[in-house]
Amino acid sequence: MNLIAARNLQALSLGFHIILVCFGVAFPAFVLTMEGLYLRTRDDLYRRIARRWTKAMAVLFAVGVVSGTILSFELGILWPGFMGKYGDVFGFAFALEGTAFFVEAIFVAIYIYGWDRLKERTHFLLGLPIPVAGLFGALFVISVNGWMNNPVGFDEANGVVSNIQPFQALFNAFFWHELVHMFLAAFMVAGFMTASVYAVAMLRGRRDRFAKVAMIVPLTIACLVAPVQLVVGDWAARTVTNDQPIKLAAIEGLGTTQSNAPWHLFGWYSDGEVHGGIAIPDMLSILAYHDPNATVQGLDSVPVSDQPQAINVIRFAFQAMILIGSGLAMLAILHLWVWWRRRRIIKGKWFLLAVGAAGPAAIVALESGWITTEVGRQPWIVYQYMRTADAVTNAGGIPVVWILLGVVYLGLGFGAIWALRRLAKSPEEPVTPTPLVGRPR
Amino acid sequence: MNLALAVFAAILLVAGLTLYAVLGGADFGTGAWDLLAGRGRRAERIRALLNSSMGPVWEANHVWLIFTLVVMWTAFPTAFASVMSTMYIPLFLAAFGIILRGSSYAFRPLARGTWFEWPSAVAFGVASIMTPFFLGTVIGGIAAGHVPLGNAEGNAVSAWWNATGIMVGVMAVVTGAYLAAIFAMADAHRRNEADLRAWFRVRGLVTGVLSGAVAVATLPVLAVDAPALFDDLVSGAGLFGVVPSFVLGGVTLWLVWDSQAARARWTAAGAVAAIAVGWALAQAPYLLPPAVTVEDAAAPSATLWALVVAAIVFVALVVPSLVLLFRLALNDTLAHGLPPADEEVAGV
Repeated sequence: MNLIAARNLQALSLGFHIILVCFGVAFPAFVLTMEGLYLRTRDDLYRRIARRWTKAMAVLFAVGVVSGTILSFELGILWPGFMGKYGDVFGFAFALEGTAFFVEAIFVAIYIYGWDRLKERTHFLLGLPIPVAGLFGALFVISVNGWMNNPVGFDEANGVVSNIQPFQALFNAFFWHELVHMFLAAFMVAGFMTASVYAVAMLRGRRDRFAKVAMIVPLTIACLVAPVQLVVGDWAARTVTNDQPIKLAAIEGLGTTQSNAPWHLFGWYSDGEVHGGIAIPDMLSILAYHDPNATVQGLDSVPVSDQPQAINVIRFAFQAMILIGSGLAMLAILHLWVWWRRRRIIKGKWFLLAVGAAGPAAIVALESGWITTEVGRQPWIVYQYMRTADAVTNAGGIPVVWILLGVVYLGLGFGAIWALRRLAKSPEEPVTPTPLVGRPR
Repeated sequence: MNLALAVFAAILLVAGLTLYAVLGGADFGTGAWDLLAGRGRRAERIRALLNSSMGPVWEANHVWLIFTLVVMWTAFPTAFASVMSTMYIPLFLAAFGIILRGSSYAFRPLARGTWFEWPSAVAFGVASIMTPFFLGTVIGGIAAGHVPLGNAEGNAVSAWWNATGIMVGVMAVVTGAYLAAIFAMADAHRRNEADLRAWFRVRGLVTGVLSGAVAVATLPVLAVDAPALFDDLVSGAGLFGVVPSFVLGGVTLWLVWDSQAARARWTAAGAVAAIAVGWALAQAPYLLPPAVTVEDAAAPSATLWALVVAAIVFVALVVPSLVLLFRLALNDTLAHGLPPADEEVAGV
């Protein structure tokens, strides 16, 4: 019961935080793009958009700070077996992450409060460390997740960890593709979601230049990224094939090892095979090895106790990610083509509807990808070294905490959405700088 | 060699905790005064001043908590796991407070003029008091020797809900309120807001005396609960913190009495920092009294060397950034205007 509650609580907290991470990594880049456009063109519209987005950035960053702090609590409270045994192997990555996050928090504050107070150029330049620090922060956290999937940089004998090599642990084999995959995902989520807000406003009749520019810029950035993500996804899938063959088997529901392995769209896995659904012959072999005749390792190649249990969760999460990712890539290519040839957005209500749906869809794809990698790693917390069940706390009462924090997170989520909606409705600030504070003595 | 590295890691830990006690503590105290400011025009001015002072720095101030946790789990992983699993109740309550506080702070400006204004203000104030209290109980519980090594080996309730835990929790709340009052007084003084300076001056004096009283009252509790710590505080290495703390505390009271607000900011911070450092010196060499020393709990050298590398990166990047932030905050570059005082409205 403790294990289920702890896993659910951790999943909830991470699933919540990962959305904010996307905005933390990518959104400041959008704001700075707008401010940069203003400095270049002196068109006040860009400045107004940058100022408005800064307020949203402030809310999202504050909520992200909170949910990130909770995560560092939960690592110790829920998983003392994991942290106690391996904290010194991957701790280095977190120490660097803490540094990056500190830098980000400092410059976010300077940027938010520095509007109209610092010289325009200075303000812009002091904003540049934010996306850089955001990238590095995400990089180090992903390094730890990569390490959980591909634990290296230590020896273990009879349950005792020795010969720790922190740098080797940091740059594990899963680090690179996970980093690029997540980084691109951040730009897709933040880009499509921001564009989505303005697409919906335009569907409701808003047609001013503000809404158009505020939609096109993040949309175009996300569209440049979306097709690349397909290639990176392929890279990720092949690394998983090599280093975590059981995760790949779970992604399809491949009960037995076989050549010319098919891939099923939809369907339901039970008793070692997929029932129903649309079978695409050889597809899993192609996906894994780029070769229709390749042999793919099945779930039965390891004992049942070493297989993930929630095969259908993993399958549907993976399929949702693939379908949405492909759809977004198609939308992206269409948009980029028309933009390149005609310098305008695609006319027609369907396009705005599609962009409006793209934001929430990108979030679903993000969560699905993360579920695929995390649930697919089970029953291990450290792949083939420590079971999640051996990492969990012995403390009682975790189910109670899960329910309580679940309610709190629900409130936090609704609060954030409420705050952003209210922000959207509030009038813009006057353009003139506020007078200096302090008064003559 | 490993001992030297372990001591270095312990110094990082104490530095993080001390900075969190001062900067994070003042932040929490700000929330407490926000709650206690009352209603009316002056209360609005008080809140505006607090908000203007805290807005640009609160996120950075709270990263010290993450810093402390990360150093702990990297350098002392088994001790970290033992503390976190045994102390899960106060830590979850603190986490709850952190969520409530951060979110109500972020949402509050938008809640102005809606039904949500009052609940978010109360949530912010209450969370600002409960979070440092529960974090304090964890420190007190560790000092009193209630955290054995292992996965949730200590008692989930009595490990922190005991006299020492409660006293340290109260001390965390009171010293935070004290620092916040002194800092706000200094800000009001710099911005030439006489009415606010007077309001915070009285409160700075009261909470200053109260902080000293709580510190003194904690001693007999420690004498019973944690005799070794008590001995070191009153007759050992702890004196290197305790004596400066009382001296700086006394100087602060005089400076506040004399309305030398700008200087009082530094001496008050020094008084609180000194008590944190003194406590650590008195608890040394134990990380988890009564048996686990810093050396016992330390990670292997390779990890500690990596931590040294991380610390160098940290000092190179964070320190200059932080100096820039505090300079901009303290010279009012990042500050916001306040609503006018009564006499200005009346045209006097």
